[in-house]
Amino acid sequence: MSIKLNALFSDSYVDVSQYRDQHFKGNRYEQEKLLKQSNTLYVGNLSFYTTEEQVYELFSKSGDVKRIIIGLDKVKKTACGFCFVEYYTRADAENAMRFVNGTRLDDRIIRTDWDAGFKEGRQYGRGKSGGQVRDEYRQDYDPARGGYGKVVARPQSIRTTT
Amino acid sequence: CHPSRVSLIVGGQSHKRRRTSEPIEIEDRLESLICRVGEKSTSSLESNLEGLAGVLEADLPNYKNKILRILCAVARLLPEKLTVYTTLVGLLNARNYNFGGEFVEAMIRQLKETLKANLYTEALYLVRFLSDLVNCHVIAAPSMVAMFENFVSVTQEEDVPQVRSDWFVYVVLSSLPWVGKELYEKKDVEMDRLLNQIDGYLKRRLKTHVPMLQVWTAEKPHPQEEYLDCLWAQIQKLKKDRWQERHILRPYIAFDSVLCEALQHNLPPFTPPAHTPDCQYPVPRVVFRVFDYTDAPEVVCSANVGINTVFLLYISAAQLLSYPGKNKIPLNYHIVEVIFGELFQLPCPPHIDVMYTTLLIELCKLQPGSLPQVLAQATEMMYMRLDTMNTTCIDRLLNWFSHHLSNFQFRWSWDDWADCLAMDADKPKPKFVKEVLEKCMRLSYHQRIVDIVPPTFSALIPAEPIFFYKYQDEANSALPGYAVAITVGNAIKNRASNEEILTVLKDVPNPNQEDDDDEGEGFNPLKIEVFLQTLLHLAAKSFSHSFSALAKFHEILKALTDCDEGKLHILRVVYEVWRNHPQMISVLVDKLIRTQIVDCAAVANWLFSPNMAHEFTRFYVWEILHSTIRKMNKHVQKIQKELEEAKEKLEKQQHKKDMERNSEDEDGQLEEQIERLQEKVESAQSEQKNLFLVIFQRFIMMLTEHLVRCETGSVDFNTPWYKNCIERLQQIFLMHHVTIQQYVGTLENLLFTAELDHHILAVYQQFCALQL
Repeated sequence: MSIKLNALFSDSYVDVSQYRDQHFKGNRYEQEKLLKQSNTLYVGNLSFYTTEEQVYELFSKSGDVKRIIIGLDKVKKTACGFCFVEYYTRADAENAMRFVNGTRLDDRIIRTDWDAGFKEGRQYGRGKSGGQVRDEYRQDYDPARGGYGKVVARPQSIRTTT
Repeated sequence: CHPSRVSLIVGGQSHKRRRTSEPIEIEDRLESLICRVGEKSTSSLESNLEGLAGVLEADLPNYKNKILRILCAVARLLPEKLTVYTTLVGLLNARNYNFGGEFVEAMIRQLKETLKANLYTEALYLVRFLSDLVNCHVIAAPSMVAMFENFVSVTQEEDVPQVRSDWFVYVVLSSLPWVGKELYEKKDVEMDRLLNQIDGYLKRRLKTHVPMLQVWTAEKPHPQEEYLDCLWAQIQKLKKDRWQERHILRPYIAFDSVLCEALQHNLPPFTPPAHTPDCQYPVPRVVFRVFDYTDAPEVVCSANVGINTVFLLYISAAQLLSYPGKNKIPLNYHIVEVIFGELFQLPCPPHIDVMYTTLLIELCKLQPGSLPQVLAQATEMMYMRLDTMNTTCIDRLLNWFSHHLSNFQFRWSWDDWADCLAMDADKPKPKFVKEVLEKCMRLSYHQRIVDIVPPTFSALIPAEPIFFYKYQDEANSALPGYAVAITVGNAIKNRASNEEILTVLKDVPNPNQEDDDDEGEGFNPLKIEVFLQTLLHLAAKSFSHSFSALAKFHEILKALTDCDEGKLHILRVVYEVWRNHPQMISVLVDKLIRTQIVDCAAVANWLFSPNMAHEFTRFYVWEILHSTIRKMNKHVQKIQKELEEAKEKLEKQQHKKDMERNSEDEDGQLEEQIERLQEKVESAQSEQKNLFLVIFQRFIMMLTEHLVRCETGSVDFNTPWYKNCIERLQQIFLMHHVTIQQYVGTLENLLFTAELDHHILAVYQQFCALQL
């Protein structure tokens, strides 16, 4: 007796976003398939000072957490503001997407997104300076994310010669 | 930006990010039109309904079955738009009498199916829908009365669980706000007789379950009414007011001239399906109330129309945006009361706990000028009544409050709660504040907590989460095993192999053994201590470090803890070193269970051991115990599922075999696998049962000891400790009642016998009353 009411059950918080990992080994179709089955979330906009313990506490509210991998600056090997949270079940991850995404951790609104699955190497920032790409080019001052963006901190790099 | 989370929870739609790549078929379009009617629109609801009725009427020749199915589904799944859809059906029936008849038949079929499938909430919505169809001139009032009479006659059945007749009475009563007026106008004699029967039933039914489900144990300031009693009182009031009901939106009134021309259908005689042992009726409830009606005179008790969060928020999201200033207040009280009512519902809230936190945050954002104040007021009132609040509800309150604060920079008027500072630490109020601060610290860090509370609160601030290493420095060099600890530490740092480390550990003397006892392989607590303290010390930096350490030295740990005493000791050492960091203890115990270094029963025994008695009322202890039980339950479910899948596979394979030639080998392999899985299932189920027996046994021992001691000493047994302990026992029953149901025979014969103190036995009897 159950018909799928597409319009009714659109659960947009659980939908896959537009983001695709450019370093993913495989084609778009494979990546999307993994995203739709994944139990792993990418978590962004963390403070550099947010600890694994804090992430555990918050994300445990939607289910048992299997593991957390804190994102690291490739050069400094210190936290650089993102992490991966892996759950034992997809249902628990979905609840995090519904109810933890968009709320605050360490006073910052964090953002979660599906991840195709952690692979060694993905814990490192991909920005030129070692952190995340978004911290390379941003113009604002964010004390919890190393202050100014790298491009502001090194003004010589954007000077053009006359 | 995100679409409103409020409308998500209501099951609303995403208005952004629509996939435009798929072609929209007519059927999808019909679905979409029907689902969207009643939502915010530039046209009036009446004109939308009129328009939609016209469209659907035109599509009936080709899409009748699809339309029937969609309408049946929305009747079942969208209770908050009940009257919108009944009006729509009314309009369709006025235009096409046959369709109306087919719809009613389809609804009856659906009702039978939902009852058979134990989907009682959906069945309730269906009956309510049918009753509102009387108002829309689709169903004749006398046939509705006849259905209600059949429902109420369930109260005359013998040897059925009380929860069965409860449900049928509940369904009738909770439909009356919609249809009472109409039914009384047409059949007042029969309705009076019906209500008298209900009255008689309510007077004679048992209420043994009530103490277990109450949020507060005190009658003041509000009595915690049993849900059926509360609903009955509301219906009686409604009847006295001649069924003048002001809260339900009734779009059909605007169409009265059209609808009253329509021909009505009679409901076929409907006999409630007979009771079978498989039936799982809803568990009874107690009505939650936190505000006085003097705070908000227009607040309506939500139970009387079965309003739940979904229903409420549907109307409130729309109305919040259109209510003028002062009228928002009663609505905000109502919202807060409904949300907490659900959050505190025993045994379990209808939705996951974190949903309510996020919902309240979203609502605070939507109504920043009014909702936060009401929420603060509710929190204050609940704080004031902590003394009589059920321990499970206190757990949920402190979880909610700490998480909520973490989204608002931990701003709170702590000084308002300074009264708790003068009380004994084990009293509910200071205990609550302490646990809240501990949870807040988990979401931030120690210094933050120091900064957010006034200095007067320093005694309630949690301890700094540091590691206690026994063999820290030379001052401890006299301790037995000190030298080996240093050696082991260096060995680990130099990446020695497991064999090398085990060799080093051989030098640790065994305090349990006689000097001349040459066995050497028995349980050696000192060895465990030396190794584990050192390992955890080296890995203390973070959770990940500790997990890696446990994984790397899994072999050694397994070897050291081969017996029950070993497992218990490992847990003791974990506590010793991390006693200031309960969160770390939790995650380590979780890992130790998952990697099978300790088993669930060991954890239960450890938590109930005399060593942990001083921690027994701390929140984290119960987090660990419940998490342990859940892991056990999930483990059993997982293996049962594997067994089912293997059996299905075998069946499919044997079916294939009839048609093709398959190897006998494959079958044999599968059969072997099934046998192994069967054994695994039995073993897991036995372990699960044992876990519960251990827990109950321990509770009984602790409580009996306390009661006897108090009696001989002529002191009041009802101390804060006792209240906590007995409510924790209740909590075990409530949270796992489905699993525990299987063990009732053993429990009655072995543990909860007549010789037991009646205070303890009462808890068991209340549990049994949940499915009476």
